[in-house]
Amino acid sequence: MSHRVFVCRCEDVTTHEIEDALDRGLSTVEEIKRYTGLGTGPCQGKECMCTLVGLLVSRGLADADAVQPFTARPPAEAVTFGALAAVPESPPEKGGAS
Amino acid sequence: MTVTNEMGSADAALPQRADVVIVGGGVMGLSTAYQLMRLSKGRLKVVVIERSYLVSGASGRNGGGVRMQWADRQNVELMMRSIDICKGLAQELGINTWFRQGGYLFLARTPQAEAQLERNAELHHHVGAPTRLLSPEAAREIVPQLDVTDVRVATYNPDDAVVFPWAFVWGYAAQAVKRGAVVRTHTSVERIEPEPGGRDGFALHLSTGESIEADTVINATGAWSVGLNRSLGIELPNHPHRHEIMSSEPLKPFLDPLVVDLACGLYFSQSTRGEIVAGVSMPSEGDDADPTEINLGSSMLFLGRLSRALCRVMPIARSLKVLRQWSGPYDVSPDGDAILGRTPGFPNLIQMCGFTGHGFMMAPVVGELVARNLVQGKDHPVLSRWSPGRFDDPSYTGRGETMIIG
Ligand SMILES: Cc1cc2nc3c(=O)[nH]c(=O)nc-3n(C[C@H](O)[C@H](O)[C@H](O)COP(=O)(O)OP(=O)(O)OC[C@H]3O[C@@H](n4cnc5c(N)ncnc54)[C@H](O)[C@@H]3O)c2cc1C
Repeated sequence: MSHRVFVCRCEDVTTHEIEDALDRGLSTVEEIKRYTGLGTGPCQGKECMCTLVGLLVSRGLADADAVQPFTARPPAEAVTFGALAAVPESPPEKGGAS
Repeated sequence: MTVTNEMGSADAALPQRADVVIVGGGVMGLSTAYQLMRLSKGRLKVVVIERSYLVSGASGRNGGGVRMQWADRQNVELMMRSIDICKGLAQELGINTWFRQGGYLFLARTPQAEAQLERNAELHHHVGAPTRLLSPEAAREIVPQLDVTDVRVATYNPDDAVVFPWAFVWGYAAQAVKRGAVVRTHTSVERIEPEPGGRDGFALHLSTGESIEADTVINATGAWSVGLNRSLGIELPNHPHRHEIMSSEPLKPFLDPLVVDLACGLYFSQSTRGEIVAGVSMPSEGDDADPTEINLGSSMLFLGRLSRALCRVMPIARSLKVLRQWSGPYDVSPDGDAILGRTPGFPNLIQMCGFTGHGFMMAPVVGELVARNLVQGKDHPVLSRWSPGRFDDPSYTGRGETMIIG
């Protein structure tokens, strides 16, 4: 049996890979997302975010009261291109996630 | 645990003076830092200063498309060299770049677009790029899922490619640091000042209260470059433009090339992770209101447009789901050519901006040619052609690259 522990099951990111990112000096949620791909799969971080933040807090790399999750990307739930093709042409709206 | 800071950090120690300070830790700044260290065999003192984390700008938000199919001869040749560098980059940088040469397939639906693709194919043939002009039916042989009704002609270049952008940026950063460059993150350059006392260098003032002197400064801040230039009274005509993009749920590999529908500026490819990554041209949003302000946000309008265009050309996409959408800044140059080289009035300030929607693919070759220029004194034709001074030249025609997408 493998002893690998998966933190992000969508993108197969293991605790080992996160340790590796920390060893290389990365220390924030956004950086670790972009180094390991954590949270970019179908669940969009709903499963793995807490584990990662818990780890950062326990290492003293994040402050439990101040730490933020990475920017949430729309849509909130996956939607088909077929359904979205019916969205009307309207003036561009501002806002949303960056 | 030993933290090695091998990809830069917020507390990397800065020297008081450097030979070259690169402002901006995107793919441009980092590829240049790496090449400067490599070509000078570690002799140059090079510092990169990044306001946020390393992939926070356009370099962490783009589609990863890499192509030699351009309308301008010089761009074709530059990209042939860049793709050549990309082929060996995984080994050179010791990372997985997810570089996949599945080609680019361009579709033309109008007589103008058809003429453009025919001109491209002829030019590419002359230059030695393996682009082929294809009938719509032949395009369907490459991507059987396409609906090619109304398509007049297509071009295909099997050497064109896609990459997964994040890895690239980390790879360049790690190799630059390994060779002695200092990469300081979470620190912004607030102001640049010419050095007093007749030297042609600069003093850079940082958000941390520190300052650093440099013989040469490279402005590699992309869409943010306008503000930095203004701190020196420099006005250049590039401006930021929000470009939206999205990715789908992952699928088994089925789509080899990146497909571009020239009629609406739709592009889509399948990344090595399996997802469809796509964007489309959007109406202008009055970009030039304030060129120092960058809007990043996502719109429903984009998803609607994109979905209609995609379902038209690849109907099976109807049942595929969109997983995430985001945006990033294009750094738009008015003639479609980058703004690269010495700044009028400030010879030791090198501009490296205006790369619009194709700076990622050009970073490997541009970093190399700029470093060759600085370390070995080698000239390159783009350094005059893309010169920041060209806009003031009486013979300037304003004509540049015409195959810009998005
Ligand atoms: C959605 C989208 C899709 C794209 N698709 C493609 C594609 O398929 N192929 C392609 O080749 N290109 C593509 N591009 C373009 C490409 O991403 C850019 O041209 C390229 O990444 C530019 O790199 P850069 O290093 O110049 O800029 P950036 O990556 O934007 O880097 C500039 C950096 O400077 C930092 N900075 C800014 N101001 C300061 C300051 N005062 N002090 C310190 N640091 C500062 C920023 O934080 C930023 O990290 C796309 C762009 C977008 C937005």
